[in-house]
Amino acid sequence: MKGWRPPAPFLLLLPAIVVLAAVVIIPLILSLYSSFTPFRLTQPASLYTFVGFRNYARILTDLEFWTAFGRTVLLLTVALNVEMLLGLGLAMLVEKATSGQRLLRTIMMFPMMFSPILVGFQFKFMFNDNIGLVNNALQSLGLTDQAIPWLIDGTLAFTAILVAEIWSSTSVFAILILAGLLAMPKEPIEAARVDGCTPWQTFRYVTWPFIMPFAYIAMTIRSLDVARAYDIVKIMTDGGPAKRTELLWTLVSRTAYADARMGLANAMAYVAILLSILFTVYFFRKLAAARTQIAAEW
Amino acid sequence: MNENTKARLNGLLLSAAHKIGLFLAMTVICLPGLWIVLASFRPTVEIMAKPPVWIPEDLSFDAYVAMFSGVGQGGIPVIEYFRNSLIISVTSTAIALAIGMAGGYAFARFRFKAKSSIFLGLMLTRTVPGIALSLPLFFVYSKLGIIDTHFGLIMAYVALNVPFTIWLIDGFFRQVPKDLAEAAQIDGCTRWQAFWQVEFPLAGPGIASAGIFAFLTSWNEFALASQLTRSVNSKTLPVGLLDYTAEFTIDWRGMCALAVIMIIPALVLTFIVQKHLVSGLTSGAVKG
Repeated sequence: MKGWRPPAPFLLLLPAIVVLAAVVIIPLILSLYSSFTPFRLTQPASLYTFVGFRNYARILTDLEFWTAFGRTVLLLTVALNVEMLLGLGLAMLVEKATSGQRLLRTIMMFPMMFSPILVGFQFKFMFNDNIGLVNNALQSLGLTDQAIPWLIDGTLAFTAILVAEIWSSTSVFAILILAGLLAMPKEPIEAARVDGCTPWQTFRYVTWPFIMPFAYIAMTIRSLDVARAYDIVKIMTDGGPAKRTELLWTLVSRTAYADARMGLANAMAYVAILLSILFTVYFFRKLAAARTQIAAEW
Repeated sequence: MNENTKARLNGLLLSAAHKIGLFLAMTVICLPGLWIVLASFRPTVEIMAKPPVWIPEDLSFDAYVAMFSGVGQGGIPVIEYFRNSLIISVTSTAIALAIGMAGGYAFARFRFKAKSSIFLGLMLTRTVPGIALSLPLFFVYSKLGIIDTHFGLIMAYVALNVPFTIWLIDGFFRQVPKDLAEAAQIDGCTRWQAFWQVEFPLAGPGIASAGIFAFLTSWNEFALASQLTRSVNSKTLPVGLLDYTAEFTIDWRGMCALAVIMIIPALVLTFIVQKHLVSGLTSGAVKG
């Protein structure tokens, strides 16, 4: 008698599921549990005291947490939109280039190779108030004679972080949108031109719908690791000065490792995880919708 | 001025504007990296100089010599960090590729229940921010005693890379026509043989670029590594970079030199895969 044979796709997916379960799912269940306890690393016994939703209740009323939360959402919204626009612009500039496209494309990928920690360090160096490239250039050009405290003033530091984040991720958008532009059939554009569309109309009603799925792929990829911004902030300001650039992720790491309040940190981490999941699911849906639309129209 | 000259002038202006725009964009992209490379060759006095020295006068390899000369002489254990980074990245990439190939093949070639939800589920495990994942992992790893070991970090990176590897490899297998493998099977190959002799070679370059992408992710990762490593036993280069920062002072030149060391392998590998990477990510977009 032959035993039950599991279906092939199940067998093929099994290793992936096992690894993800062991390294991601089970630890996450554990952290979900510990977010209901007052767990501190220094007091292992506190893992077994159940306090219900007290950590979450504390978060709800914690002004510091909500400031960090709001700042994170603001950073992501501004960064993703600007990256999208700049990436679109860059892709169109490169697509129009008549020679040296290969070289241009290679240069365009340059920031992608930088690890976020390097991006952070590099911009920390450039925005340094005393020896940084930015201040040196401004002073040498005579635009200002005092050192601008880029990473010391709260608002300026946030701007500096935003610049670093945008510099590092615009190329993801540019590369994928460029792929879309190159894959696009030329006839519809010519037809639109013959029919008397202005360049703007051609772009808005012909080009844009076609490259939209590519833009959503880029959005999805970016939303998979939005938390990379942690590395950048960690090295540039470490949430300072005086917590004025604190993001959700730096707050989590500070609460967990510096204050050793694991339970509370896990509760915060869950809010951060939900935020990431929300972003990803949203863009996945958009991607799927854009795909079916393209499939129907072309 | 007649119509013709006007149109020509307009065209010239547009193309000039286009060239200037391109040049500016490329400058902004390249400048930060080049500045770091330049700074790594300059003496500290010149980096710190006020008013700034724009034209470097004194270039040397001093920073690199100091870095490799070992702990105590202004150096950090960079060779150990490099070795750790290499071992961890290569091993985790190899494992992630094997798992990713199986999973990607399943998504590309089979129909099964809840396919798209399983795919989304796999992707969602990737969205968990590294720092959020590091809290429970830190706890579990310290219970198991695998904090500060290569094994622990390799496991974490495999899990980090598997979802994205599956996505990429799924795309590459979809580009290989199904008929080819079926033809091979009709000619007497088993499905296993058909895979290795027909589909695998055709998807090969794509799989290689998925591997390089996974390698880069592991090579560059910081949030997990900074919590799960302790000493030269397993510290990787991104964590080692922080060795140059003290409470209030930073050895800028040393950090720049280490940054250059870190970026070179990434640079070379990305150049090799750039073409395949884009086609892999977008292959599903148009065909659906």
